[in-house]
Amino acid sequence: MVENDRWGIFLAHLILIVGVAIVVFPVYVALIASTHAPGTFLQGVMPLLPGSHAIENYSTVIFEGRSNAGAPPIGLMLWNSFVMAMMIAVGKIAISLLSAFAIVYFRFRFRIFFFWIIFITLMLPVEVRIVPTYQVVANLGMLNSYWGLSIPLIASATATFLFRQFFMTVPEEMLEAARVDGAGPLKFFKDILLPLSVTNIAAMFVIMFIYGWNQYLWPLLVTNDEAYYTVVMGIQRMVTGADSEPLWHLVMATVVLAALPPILVILFMQRLFVKGLTETEK
Amino acid sequence: MQTKRMTFTNNRWLPYLLLAPQVTITLIFFVWPASQALWQSMLRQDPFGLRTTFVWFRNFERLFADPHYLVSMKTTLIFSVSTTLLAMSVSLLFAVMVNRMIRSRDAYTTFLVWPYAVAPAVAGVLWWFIFNPSVGILPYMLRGIGIEWNHRLESSHAMILVVIAAAWKQISYNFLFFLAGLQSIPQSLIEAAAIDGASRSKRFWTIVFPLLSPTTFFLMVVNIVYAMFDTFGVIHATTAGGPAQATNILVYKVYRDGFIGNNLGSSAAQSVVLMGIVIVLTVVQFRWIERRVNY
Repeated sequence: MVENDRWGIFLAHLILIVGVAIVVFPVYVALIASTHAPGTFLQGVMPLLPGSHAIENYSTVIFEGRSNAGAPPIGLMLWNSFVMAMMIAVGKIAISLLSAFAIVYFRFRFRIFFFWIIFITLMLPVEVRIVPTYQVVANLGMLNSYWGLSIPLIASATATFLFRQFFMTVPEEMLEAARVDGAGPLKFFKDILLPLSVTNIAAMFVIMFIYGWNQYLWPLLVTNDEAYYTVVMGIQRMVTGADSEPLWHLVMATVVLAALPPILVILFMQRLFVKGLTETEK
Repeated sequence: MQTKRMTFTNNRWLPYLLLAPQVTITLIFFVWPASQALWQSMLRQDPFGLRTTFVWFRNFERLFADPHYLVSMKTTLIFSVSTTLLAMSVSLLFAVMVNRMIRSRDAYTTFLVWPYAVAPAVAGVLWWFIFNPSVGILPYMLRGIGIEWNHRLESSHAMILVVIAAAWKQISYNFLFFLAGLQSIPQSLIEAAAIDGASRSKRFWTIVFPLLSPTTFFLMVVNIVYAMFDTFGVIHATTAGGPAQATNILVYKVYRDGFIGNNLGSSAAQSVVLMGIVIVLTVVQFRWIERRVNY
């Protein structure tokens, strides 16, 4: 620090504490709301201290759901979200590792052309071409399936770029040594490149898991069978599915359950998360 | 584009095999649908879906003559500019403050990064609940100062609601990049200015802020892209474009016209316009990255 000004530091702490409070506030409110009985919300403004119905509310949403309002049990939706997020994260990493390996370690015809095809995918988010993509998935008979939920989202250039950048930094001597020892490309990939990329793979996994878990528009389009609803889109059904005022205590319990897994991933893998986030954008 | 100095040879098919999964998925789910959107944007179906005619650019002409579309463009502009400004200014403030801390830096960072994990739709529902006219806390407090909050009827209230929800989620992302940017500014420059007698705010505006401009510019593009395309969930889960189209941003309109209104030609034309916007933004971003390399 340049100068020692105690008031400045004090003021900074004050601003940050208020800031953190504002950032945390919505989730705090959701947590509190999910512990109250339904009647609480009829009496006007919601309370700011926890109620006593937490276990009851959470077991209702996890095991029973609200079949009358078109919402299956959250347990199933959480499982679907998990499967979808895992398939997207693992799939993206697998195909990106392979294609980055091909682009960096081989010389072949149309290499630049393929590079550009992959690059294009960086540019167009699903949101801008939803109708035709939906038609393709429908024609392939992939509606209402885990494949339909995950495969169209697996292609993305971000991970390929990260791995390409990383492979370029791997010393040439590694490859030379491997070739002197008679290792073929696949052996080199499996025994040398993969072990070296573990940190990058983990960082990518954190980002992609969150990306997959938080998908909203895509599951909304390709599923109309309750058995494949994911939890993030399921919330919307609970809010608008019923004609009356939503059952806030159950909606908020669902919100907490939907937000918790990715938040835990970030908190426990903060370093990997920051690494993954800042390096993919370079 | 370079490869390694030494590469594997004598493998004629292997590189193609390795690329096959990625390229196949890209072709089926990206290139094909995007070209379909281009094609469909020049077709028009009759109301019963029996006949399709090729109409060249008439869908686009209609689109840009449609007052609803122009209003939606304006709404998108207001929405993305406000979201970007709010999210960036708040996170810059946080980053500057956290950067002054030594021991508590990591603790504050942990508290500020996790909203990144919250899905836009979930963020929308959270703020929708807080702002709920009958049970929410903020309307209750606003009533105390004489404001009757109702985002179901008041367009401006609905807009404020979605802007806050969208910006809240983006704070952590901006914060991390601003903090990284601040930490890469050489401390010696700031010390030199301090010795010359520049006050703290003068140091910030004449040294730190200009040096941070690459980060700021990068974040600006990212935030605009986020506000334009990733906020579908915020809108759909809360206001559904209402009241009276007040929050009907372009991405939401594509969805609504295509899936609910079943107007495929118009929806495809809108998709093409959006793709154009994305491509322009991406090009802007890459030109900037090139410039930074030459810095």
